[in-house]
Amino acid sequence: MADSAVHDIQSVYEPSLFGTYSKKIGMWLFLLSDSLTFGALLYAYSYGRISTEGWPTPFHSESIVNATIMTAFLLTSSLTMVLAVRASVHGDAKGQRLWLLATMLCGTGFIVLHGREWSNLIAEGLTLPMFPKVPGREAASEFVNVSKTVPQFGATFFGLTGMHMLHVTLGVIYLGVVALRRKFIPILLVLWLVAWLATPAYSPFHYGAHVLLIGAIVCSIILWLKPKLYDSSDVEVAGLYWHFVDLVWMFIFPLVYLMSAKIL
Amino acid sequence: MDTIQIAIAERVAEQHRHHGKALFFWVWGALLLMTAIEVYLTYQNMQPGKMLTILLGLSLVKAALIIGYFMHLKYEVSSMKWLTMCSVVACLILMTIFFFPDAFRILYLGVK
Repeated sequence: MADSAVHDIQSVYEPSLFGTYSKKIGMWLFLLSDSLTFGALLYAYSYGRISTEGWPTPFHSESIVNATIMTAFLLTSSLTMVLAVRASVHGDAKGQRLWLLATMLCGTGFIVLHGREWSNLIAEGLTLPMFPKVPGREAASEFVNVSKTVPQFGATFFGLTGMHMLHVTLGVIYLGVVALRRKFIPILLVLWLVAWLATPAYSPFHYGAHVLLIGAIVCSIILWLKPKLYDSSDVEVAGLYWHFVDLVWMFIFPLVYLMSAKIL
Repeated sequence: MDTIQIAIAERVAEQHRHHGKALFFWVWGALLLMTAIEVYLTYQNMQPGKMLTILLGLSLVKAALIIGYFMHLKYEVSSMKWLTMCSVVACLILMTIFFFPDAFRILYLGVK
């Protein structure tokens, strides 16, 4: 029966309206809804920008170079992701795992560089009221007045890029589970401890690192409730999520960074 | 997955097997090239309105390449393409309707 279904689909059932399996349609629907979340955040940022005089342009050449490298990391991760999907449909388990790990590495590189960018801006006074104060840097900070006179910038910038960074982090965890399954949980816990202990107490990443702990707990529950071998359809669906994260950055990078560059 | 879902997934995987690696490398190269053009334009101190138009145009092309080739939508059936693209574009147009009256203020505010 299974063989006849594989080789003679037409005779067994009426084909799906969308020509693909339900898991993939489900991911597409999720991505559509998520695109509206990012659409709303991008509109909020753009609206704030055009309706506020004295909008800051805090991104020096160093920031632009940093953001360009981040973009290259994400674009390369998309390439390694399609190569992982390609390896999976060819039944190349080793290649699939290696390309997924390469994708995770690029994603982690993006997060680290983005974290560095945030830390530099926060150290220069561009912050949110909810972030702890950086000790000893208040007086000399370049953007200390920006946070007071144009608070919309910090709110929309950190809201938009923070939401994207969260998506990238969750994407890395997702790919880790698909690539390594249970073996990824202890790795994730080690990463959580390193991120938590290596960041100073005033850094938002000190608390943000707990996303990794929450991720480890959720993934443990999922893997315990439904242990399975992930096949090519799972890799493809994970790839859709990853490419979406890359896609969103293609709008954040020019609208937020390049349009607010301060090139001397 | 049940038998039918496995059968569909197998058919989709079969479609993927026909795609060569070279195409993905070309798309990746094009995306990197367009990013380099965007960064180059940033260093040219262009007028903001013109800059925004070019950057958004390039972003839309990059988005189309990612959706079409990396997300494989180019190879999906028409109903899938129309469902996904029409729904998201319709929602973004609704957002733009609220945004539009103020959209051209950027030309007069002289945002640097």
